[in-house]
Amino acid sequence: MAYDLSFAKEVYKNAEMGHWIKMCMQCGVCSGSCPLGPHWEFGPRQLFQMVRSGKMDEVLQSDSMWMCTSCYNCIVRCPRGLPITHIVHGLARYAVVKGKVKPNQVTARFAKNIFWENIVSTGRVGEAALTMKLYFVDGLAQGIQNGLEMKDSALGMLKTGRLNPLPFRSKIKGFAGFEAMLKKARELEEKREKGA
Amino acid sequence: MKEYTFYTGCSSEKRASAYNMEHSIQSMCAILDIKLNEIDDWNCCSASIGYAGGGQLPRMALTARNFALAQKQQGSKDVVATCAACWLALRETNERIHEEPEVKSDLNVALKEAGLSYDGSLKSRHMVEVLIEDFGWDVLKSKVKKPLKGLKVAGYVGCQTNRPFGVCGDSFENPTYLDKMIEATGATAVPFAKKVACCGGALAFSENEKSCALVKDILQDAAANGAEAIVTPCPVCQLNVEVYQGKVNKLFGTNFNIPVLYYSQLFVLSWGGSWKEAALDQQVVSADALKRFA
Repeated sequence: MAYDLSFAKEVYKNAEMGHWIKMCMQCGVCSGSCPLGPHWEFGPRQLFQMVRSGKMDEVLQSDSMWMCTSCYNCIVRCPRGLPITHIVHGLARYAVVKGKVKPNQVTARFAKNIFWENIVSTGRVGEAALTMKLYFVDGLAQGIQNGLEMKDSALGMLKTGRLNPLPFRSKIKGFAGFEAMLKKARELEEKREKGA
Repeated sequence: MKEYTFYTGCSSEKRASAYNMEHSIQSMCAILDIKLNEIDDWNCCSASIGYAGGGQLPRMALTARNFALAQKQQGSKDVVATCAACWLALRETNERIHEEPEVKSDLNVALKEAGLSYDGSLKSRHMVEVLIEDFGWDVLKSKVKKPLKGLKVAGYVGCQTNRPFGVCGDSFENPTYLDKMIEATGATAVPFAKKVACCGGALAFSENEKSCALVKDILQDAAANGAEAIVTPCPVCQLNVEVYQGKVNKLFGTNFNIPVLYYSQLFVLSWGGSWKEAALDQQVVSADALKRFA
């Protein structure tokens, strides 16, 4: 049986920090240290081995990388000093780039469509708009139900002056430059992600 | 007077979730005679989940712009952040600029579109590092006017103020600086095995019930050790453990009612600041257990 290294090579070259996967010695300390460990379909150790054995769809369609809370426990414990958190983020982003993320993956949807869009539209997070968009991501009825469920928390935040009731915020002063900068960064990034 | 360049961060703005942190930090700095010069027109750092929409360059360009503005406006002064994620983004971007020449040049190509540039030379620091390294334990203790004697506090360091960079050479598994801060106010730091456990971070938004299970364990450990309050340096830890306490109680049939505060709030109160100066009126889970020191 011959190993197909094409997917592994692609990840090493195009995904952020992907080349570090070569260095993984499969000890499993990362998976065992993860606070969301029980919820991962495949832990980081297993994901890395699946990359090496060419399982592209299984890796990129997996929920696993989206369980990362960015707590960096795996990173500080890895005996080989691999930047595990960043590799996992890199794989998650690569799944977005390759269009492989399951459409109902909630964290991917939140992170990419809601959070990132929220910050790049004005330059800063608008917490009220962020929360509202999240609640209503599955439509109006579900949104109202979600809102009611979190009503006590939201009211608590409002009463203590820690939530702006207006889901609108103005753009930063240098927004035109900010936008141009991001556009250029995006262009450069796309080249790398496509392996050019 | 000591002056620093200040990267405020989105959650510290007025009417944002960590305004109690910002308010109490400003009061704390007034007592220590620190001037925080806010970077004019700063932008979001993209926190922990910016990778999904931004990948590496757009994500790091956000932070590079903040550094570039800081350098242009305030020269070589250290950039101080109070938010764990902001601090992490600053540290990470600087590290990548130093270690990867193509990241440095690509970021500058992008910055040029905004008429900016950054050479990677600014030092970024967490407010906690400033307190320990530039002031020191003796100074922090000498400010105490109303020791919080008898108050039992669980020091919740959490993740990103601890990992991957750590504060002042402290251990990743058992950091001690926060316990020392609690003791410096005259309060008692209770043993707390969950001090570096994760609260779920941004997953509290998208995977709330999984995050609530982590928060429950943290609250349980604090309660089991007799803590009357939890203290943290991180805005997301504070938010998740405080605001979802009601949800945790509903989900798990528990009855937690533990205030979750910032180290700055403890300092301000013990240094003779008012309830309002310590922003203790801005808590969702009431901090009334501390009223006896006000």
